[in-house]
Amino acid sequence: MYNEKVMEVFKNPQHMGEVENYNAIGTVGNEVCGDIMRITMRINPDGVIEDAKFKTFGCAAAVASSSTATGMIIGKTIDEALKITNKQVITELEGLPPQKIHCSVLAEDAIRAAIDYYEKNKKN
Amino acid sequence: MKSIYLDHAATTPLSKKALEAMEPYFCETYGNPNSQHVYGREAAKAVAEARQKIAACIGARPSEVYFTSCGTEADNWAIKGAAAQYRDKGRHIITSVIEHPAVYSTCKQLEKYGYEVTYLPVDGEGFVSPESLEGAIREDTVLVSVMYANNEIGTIEPIKELCEIAHRHGALFHTDAVQATGAIRYDVKDLGVDMLSMSAHKFYGPKGMGALYIRNGLRMEKFMTGGEQERAHRGGTSNTPGIVGMSVALEEAMSTLESDGKYVAKIRDRFVKKVLDNIDEIYYNGPKDASRRLPNNANFSFRYIEGESILYSLDLAGISASSGSACSSGSLEPSRTLLSIGVPIGTAHGSIRFSFGKHNTEEEADYAVDELIKTVKRLRAMSPLYKEKK
Repeated sequence: MYNEKVMEVFKNPQHMGEVENYNAIGTVGNEVCGDIMRITMRINPDGVIEDAKFKTFGCAAAVASSSTATGMIIGKTIDEALKITNKQVITELEGLPPQKIHCSVLAEDAIRAAIDYYEKNKKN
Repeated sequence: MKSIYLDHAATTPLSKKALEAMEPYFCETYGNPNSQHVYGREAAKAVAEARQKIAACIGARPSEVYFTSCGTEADNWAIKGAAAQYRDKGRHIITSVIEHPAVYSTCKQLEKYGYEVTYLPVDGEGFVSPESLEGAIREDTVLVSVMYANNEIGTIEPIKELCEIAHRHGALFHTDAVQATGAIRYDVKDLGVDMLSMSAHKFYGPKGMGALYIRNGLRMEKFMTGGEQERAHRGGTSNTPGIVGMSVALEEAMSTLESDGKYVAKIRDRFVKKVLDNIDEIYYNGPKDASRRLPNNANFSFRYIEGESILYSLDLAGISASSGSACSSGSLEPSRTLLSIGVPIGTAHGSIRFSFGKHNTEEEADYAVDELIKTVKRLRAMSPLYKEKK
């Protein structure tokens, strides 16, 4: 079902875990649907994502999407990270089966949720 | 890398004996069994002998065995055929919530055509209770269809008892014995069933072959209209090599049924014990009483992780098992069977079935346990649910 790239990333996911002293966290999905993705980040005062990590409950596509998306945002500014779409995640993974597209959407959503958390908490 | 097949409930390798028996019917004795010349007569003789063998294995008469292209076809015929044949008597059918899609989807389809279907619940181990059948049966119930053994959690249903209840109320009884045949010794006359489905590739026979037992005297609507094959009830040129292979495989399975069952159960039990001893926060789904469970079946739900990830991780380690979570088949619905026995929906997503076969070894089971432990550990470390809930 999956291409070699997806299986490779699933086998050796990068950036797995939780960033210490994170100031951005986003959790999306739910257990009933079988996918939960959480991305934590540490964003510096200049708005650059210094580090990002993920934790995922889900299928191989969800794990591969999380790993890839997390890798794509490290070193980027918030604005740059917000521009990352699920299509770019899919391209990076060299394709996902049609029924697994939602996993890449979940990764995009998790990034947005984490940055949203950061923005809200910054203001307070 | 090792390659360990633990998915015998999905399919089994073809028996060498069956393969050898099939071989002449492809290029040598290739006649159409319905032809009147020598080629046809020889093929017809092989089909008749195969029918006798299969009948003898299940306590039926040869005229009660009808060949089909698979177990699903046998189930479709039994249910749709009985529904059509007895539509003037009533339009109510009873089945269970844990049936294989071959039965379940067929009942769902009949609902579209005006039939009413009652889906009997099951208890925490997957058993249908005779009391619930007694309570659901009505005057217009024409058919009760309950599986002999469940494909996911191995529950062996009390078929004889359920059949008696159906008959007492004037309803027919069909059982999907696809998982049971070759694993459980039964006699159709003793069970009392009116119809029974089986599939060859589940008992080391060829794919593309099934059979439906239809009790003599029971009038049934034809399944496929066509020629005179299968007593004019299932048209289509007979699959001579498939039929021969099926009969040899079943005979072989029956001849070593008890010893194979013991052997497979021993490996399964060793596997289950090691899994339960080494992995916490899991459910062992299905009957705890081994005498009421298929000897080859083990099914677990691993909390906080998802089945497809487990499946692919095991696959990368050379272990072939099966996921109860239908996420792997593209839908988001977890197993209907697991939800029916009360597994919470999130946990049901993290379920894996291991089904052993007579060619598996204890070493293979041990290797599979080791890899499973590693996999569960790795995926739980990755799961946002694990730490939180523990």
